[in-house]
Amino acid sequence: MRAAQFCTSCGKVQPPAPVDYFSFFALPRKLNIDAADLEREFYVLSRKLHPDVYAGHDPQEQEWSLQQSSRLNDAYRTLKDPIRRTEYLMKLEGVDLEGQSKASTEAGRGSKTGEKKQIVPPDLLEEVFELNMQLEELRANKKLGEEDPALIAELQQHKTVLEAKFRSLFDELQGHWNAWDAAADSGNRAESRRVRDQMVDLLNRRSYIRNLVRDVNEVLQD
Amino acid sequence: MTSDHIVGIDLGTTNSLVAFMQGDSPVVIPGEDGVNLLPSVVALDEADKIIVGNAARKYLIETPERSVYSIKRLMGRGVEDIHDELSLFPFRLAEDLAPGEVLRIKLGDKSFTPPEISAYILRQLKRNAERFFGAPVTKAVITVPAYFNDAQRQATKDAGRIAGLEVLRLVNEPTAASLAYGLDRKQNGIVAVYDFGGGTFDISILRLHDGIFEVIATNGDTHLGGDDIDNLMIRIALDDIRGDLGMDVSRNGEVVAAIRKAVIEAKIALSAQESTKLDVELPAGKRYQRDVSREQFEQLAAPVIDRTVAPCKQALKDAALQSEQIDEVVLVGGSTRIPKVRALVEQLFQRKPHTDLNPDEVVALGAAVQANILSGGSEATENMLLLDVTPLSLGIEVAGGVADKIILRNSTIPASATQHYTTQVDGQTSVAIHVLQGERELAKDCRSLARFDLKGVPPMSAGMPRIEVKFLIDANGILHVSAREQRSGKEAEIEVQPSYGLTDDQVESMILESFDQAEEDFRQRQIIEARNEVQTILAALEKGKKSPAWGQLTTDEKQRIAKLERALRDAEQAEDHQEIRKAIDALNQGTMRLAELMMDSAVTTALKGKNMDEADLGEGPSAPHPVGKAEFK
Repeated sequence: MRAAQFCTSCGKVQPPAPVDYFSFFALPRKLNIDAADLEREFYVLSRKLHPDVYAGHDPQEQEWSLQQSSRLNDAYRTLKDPIRRTEYLMKLEGVDLEGQSKASTEAGRGSKTGEKKQIVPPDLLEEVFELNMQLEELRANKKLGEEDPALIAELQQHKTVLEAKFRSLFDELQGHWNAWDAAADSGNRAESRRVRDQMVDLLNRRSYIRNLVRDVNEVLQD
Repeated sequence: MTSDHIVGIDLGTTNSLVAFMQGDSPVVIPGEDGVNLLPSVVALDEADKIIVGNAARKYLIETPERSVYSIKRLMGRGVEDIHDELSLFPFRLAEDLAPGEVLRIKLGDKSFTPPEISAYILRQLKRNAERFFGAPVTKAVITVPAYFNDAQRQATKDAGRIAGLEVLRLVNEPTAASLAYGLDRKQNGIVAVYDFGGGTFDISILRLHDGIFEVIATNGDTHLGGDDIDNLMIRIALDDIRGDLGMDVSRNGEVVAAIRKAVIEAKIALSAQESTKLDVELPAGKRYQRDVSREQFEQLAAPVIDRTVAPCKQALKDAALQSEQIDEVVLVGGSTRIPKVRALVEQLFQRKPHTDLNPDEVVALGAAVQANILSGGSEATENMLLLDVTPLSLGIEVAGGVADKIILRNSTIPASATQHYTTQVDGQTSVAIHVLQGERELAKDCRSLARFDLKGVPPMSAGMPRIEVKFLIDANGILHVSAREQRSGKEAEIEVQPSYGLTDDQVESMILESFDQAEEDFRQRQIIEARNEVQTILAALEKGKKSPAWGQLTTDEKQRIAKLERALRDAEQAEDHQEIRKAIDALNQGTMRLAELMMDSAVTTALKGKNMDEADLGEGPSAPHPVGKAEFK
């Protein structure tokens, strides 16, 4: 199942075919990937596709090697990182994570505070509400030049809790990989969809918490 | 490809070098004066001729308004963002600069863009290489600071073109240094390259693995270098002079230049000594003298040196590494000779830095290695491959003045990203895109790279066109944009307004201006070299006539030699070096027996078949090696 970057008879570099990143590395659409194998394959393909290798060749080959190697690097970058890999696979499955995020950002821009109006994960509602109130209070304090060490300590405490939640979400996500891979193997489409939806939910919550932590960091900065 | 000599060039803020791969190792090509470093100084002499390098340095002191140094600080920059440079360096801008126009600085009455000035430096290096090889040099690998943005890289490529060089690759300086280091050591591991030069600072963290040099993270400051330390010292000197002698010499170009020379010498001395003395002649017979201790110098330079810490920490963070995980630290750049800098590096990375390689030459040597790799490689480099990264995030300005990042910093290059656009108004046929580089959230805080107008969009209802724009950062770290309207399949034309650069037309016209001159220069040089060889062989012939061997020749032989000698003297006057060389060869052939006779019989066997100017003629002016180059006198 080799992605055709090279002609099978003469071995010359070919124009990039519109294959997805998994196919580029001749990998199945599974979420568990051996990092060492991936890196090794990346180095092998880099040695064959990098523009430096084609410096003396005709302009057409040079152009194709440029296209192919940028695709190689984009693919490696995406597949190497577990979250990016998962997000990419969701995208291949038709879930528009980027669109969802953009829409909520856009909606947020319209609001007075300019905050992202992402759907708050229900189990975080109370926490988020309290946190946002404290952030507002801290911002107001700053404007007045006041300092409230107790408030700051509380916010830092919240941040620690959120960061722990962030990490645990990642572990949960990884837990779903095996389920996904198994469903892919058995060809159980219904199961695939179920696992997919769970992962999308985890990704959204994780993204939400990351933005929250970033907001807290921003305010705590000065 | 193999018959071309591809060279590696370090176009530095303070000094420039050219090198090539000689067998297994890279070697720097010296100038006419036998010196490896070419000061990046350009001046106009009394006859309005361009002088480059050491010869130009005296003009820095005597006629500073007709000379320039550290031009690299202005490459790829606009009038708006060189305020620091203008206040600290004696750059004089052309008066008639319009906003948004490419910078021009003045040397005397003439004005030049920074790429043109850099081109003069590159051309001098090109000449040095051509003299060395005795053949034209048209291809080069040129290095740039890793933290250089797109405009700065374009400007460097433009300079190469103007100088008559095809720039095969721009290589990041720390990466080049790692190539020289890796070729030398051949060990796997994680290497940090700390590159502190005259005007720029870079820190790169690389993984070396079986010949692959993979950059993991890079950071730096293109406004930070040894020059900044010099400027601090100059300011102190000016204050001293104002305070002690009541003289304000800050506007006196020659005096400031002399002070600058003195502080640089002091700075260098203090790397080896504990104290030194500043001694500068002032107008009206006055003198500025001051003792400077290493401790005082370190205190003064501390704020500049400390500015290198933040980029190092950020690079480690981006690489997700602790300093203990770095296996080796390589020092690059003259400023790393300062003991305080070495101490800082040791502290930052918890180990003694690697100082075997010459910090002034290592970048050029690395560029030569890359040049070798690009020309097909040799046994030494056949397994080597460079995987570099883009140092700055690439973004697009979107609604609300936000910079939407589409390619993140430290992404391996070549890298690409695709964005989709559509029209706002019915029948709209062009779309404007503003591309940025930088890490900030808002577009106004990032560097404007270029504005693109996508033209030729087929007129449709608003929101209908689906324009796919592909952004590609190539192996040089330079951005290319292509666009397609997906419904019609039509390729949109892209008109680029580079924010700080020259357009292709401008570069073309500059090439033509300097190209004619270069051709003429090369021809002239070849004639001079040929004539020098004529002198050498005629001198050898005179010696031959006085030797006992002359008596052993027949009358016929003597007459033939006399005829060839006359022909050579005639050819020497011709403006055609090929004519001259033909006559030299003819005389060499004609005097072969004479040369053989002039040897001891025992030695004759060994030297059979050699020419007049190779035969050892005992004492007297020695003949040059047969394949060596004639000396310029």
